[in-house]
Amino acid sequence: MFAEQMAREQGLLQEMDPRLKILSALAVLLAVGLSRSLVVILVLYFLALILAAFSRIPLGFFVKRVWLLIPFFTGVIALPALFITPGPVLARLPLGLVITQTGLTTALFLLLRVGTSVSVAVLLVLTTPWNSVLKALGVLRVPAVIILILGMTYRYIHLLLHLTNDMFLSRKSRLLRRMNGPEERRLIAATSGTLLNKSLQVSSEVYLAMQSRGFRNYPRTLDTFKMRRTDWLAGTLVIITAAAAIWMGR
Amino acid sequence: MSRIKNVSQLYTRWIPRDLMLYYGILAVWLGTTAMHIPDGYLSPATSIIMFLIVLPFWSIGVRKLREKITSRNVPLIALVAAFSFNIMMFNIPLPGGTTAHAVGGALAAIILGPEVATMAISIALVIQAFFFGDGGILALGANCFNMAVVLPYVSYAIYQAISKNQPAASKRRMVGAALGGWAGLTVAAFFAGFEFGIQPVLFHTANGTPLYAPYPLSVSIPAMVIPHALAASLVEGLVTALVVGYLQRANQSALEFGKKPEISTEQSGFAKWRALWTGLAVMIVLVPVGLLAPGTAWGEWSAGKLSSLGLGFVPQGLANLSGLWSAPMPGYNLPALKNASLGYILSGITGTIVIGIIAWLFTMLVGAHKSGSK
Repeated sequence: MFAEQMAREQGLLQEMDPRLKILSALAVLLAVGLSRSLVVILVLYFLALILAAFSRIPLGFFVKRVWLLIPFFTGVIALPALFITPGPVLARLPLGLVITQTGLTTALFLLLRVGTSVSVAVLLVLTTPWNSVLKALGVLRVPAVIILILGMTYRYIHLLLHLTNDMFLSRKSRLLRRMNGPEERRLIAATSGTLLNKSLQVSSEVYLAMQSRGFRNYPRTLDTFKMRRTDWLAGTLVIITAAAAIWMGR
Repeated sequence: MSRIKNVSQLYTRWIPRDLMLYYGILAVWLGTTAMHIPDGYLSPATSIIMFLIVLPFWSIGVRKLREKITSRNVPLIALVAAFSFNIMMFNIPLPGGTTAHAVGGALAAIILGPEVATMAISIALVIQAFFFGDGGILALGANCFNMAVVLPYVSYAIYQAISKNQPAASKRRMVGAALGGWAGLTVAAFFAGFEFGIQPVLFHTANGTPLYAPYPLSVSIPAMVIPHALAASLVEGLVTALVVGYLQRANQSALEFGKKPEISTEQSGFAKWRALWTGLAVMIVLVPVGLLAPGTAWGEWSAGKLSSLGLGFVPQGLANLSGLWSAPMPGYNLPALKNASLGYILSGITGTIVIGIIAWLFTMLVGAHKSGSK
């Protein structure tokens, strides 16, 4: 997909060891989560933007991908908080609605935290090939069998998505009028059931294929990650930045 | 029609053009019912505690996975996870013209058994969090607890309770699946609402500004439970029942995978009451929740509390006897610790141990009269 293309560019973050990237992302997420200061979160967000720019990610695409979905919903959820949080009044609106200062601060905290966290996560995924992300999870002591299953799940999501699309297409292409509610529900039930059936059938075939290629019930992953000097330097920088952010935001 | 190239196209293809605005507004409303918690709603402390709570379920799941891997299909788990992921994308028309989507957790529990379902759903959630930004990374512990632990275990328990010894093709299994799905998702929504609601109480600035999720329990719990109970849980129950019904007709062996073996070996000692011990441990951990309730229970006032309630005088008998016994852990607290919630937990553990010792002594005394007892 599009993300894989960006992960192969020659940018700043693409050069970093994936294990270091995951640990750094966690450190920054922790700093964003612990911060009691809006300014610190804003600074970390701009740091993420700068890193995205240096990693050859189009900034417009980056901002849209981050803000258009999850933080949009967060804005909707945070909206009532502007009015119902008790505190000093900031502005009076018609219809008796009052925006409080504490309400605005809370809403900003929520929005900025969510936005920055999603930005960090998106940055991690856009600059690392999915298989490397999975292998790097081993550094967090994730069991090998889980990493194996995560990889297979990712592949099969796309396979099943195409299967589902084909099933819907085949049904709809035999229609002369729109389906009503009960018919749609029957279609979805049958599609889900058939999808599950196909999943189970494909799984047994894949298992036989894996066995015939030497799989003996114990998953092994090839970990060829090496920490270079630039990685150690980057790691130190991340530790310093995260520590500073946590200290300044306490 | 051309092939769908990415996920978003799946949504826009099948929605009638003239109803786009209607669905758009509904999507915004339904988006607030989505259970995936992003980062920033829960404090890091809460996130870490949720990780610790979910860890034992993960290790049980991995252990069960390793058992089943030697004799069953390795890719089955991956495919059920991918299937659950896809199910989360189906928009199902409800009576009344709205749509909602299910999690597939109840179905996974019925087919795989709850322990392995935990792993399958956790895997789907990890992929959603990392790859789609749906749900935070620090919040994975909380999301996995709500959707990969509470949902499958509750649905499975209800499904088993209703349809335990029914023949594989009976209608009662569908009813059990529907109720299990509905209850599982609603209880999961309750836990999510609870996790949101305790944030402003525990984490705020000096002047009271909430730092994370801003709504207290009185708002967050109804806001989560009601939309789920009335819409999303109905969809979950519906999808679960419909697919179980389809499998009863088309592929009954799929329903047998998660069944426990018929021959049950007699367990002794700790293993026999493992469920009870686990429940007890969970209750002890949840004990500090009691600290959130303000005020004193009705009828349990001390002499001082009575006068502050406006009584004006202290009854003679109360004044005489109230100082009779000075408890070692007064008010469920250990004053030396200077930490109310830790004292509360310690008193819970102490109380449980004391009761356990007394019960054990009792069974020893009574058991000595029986011959050849366990």
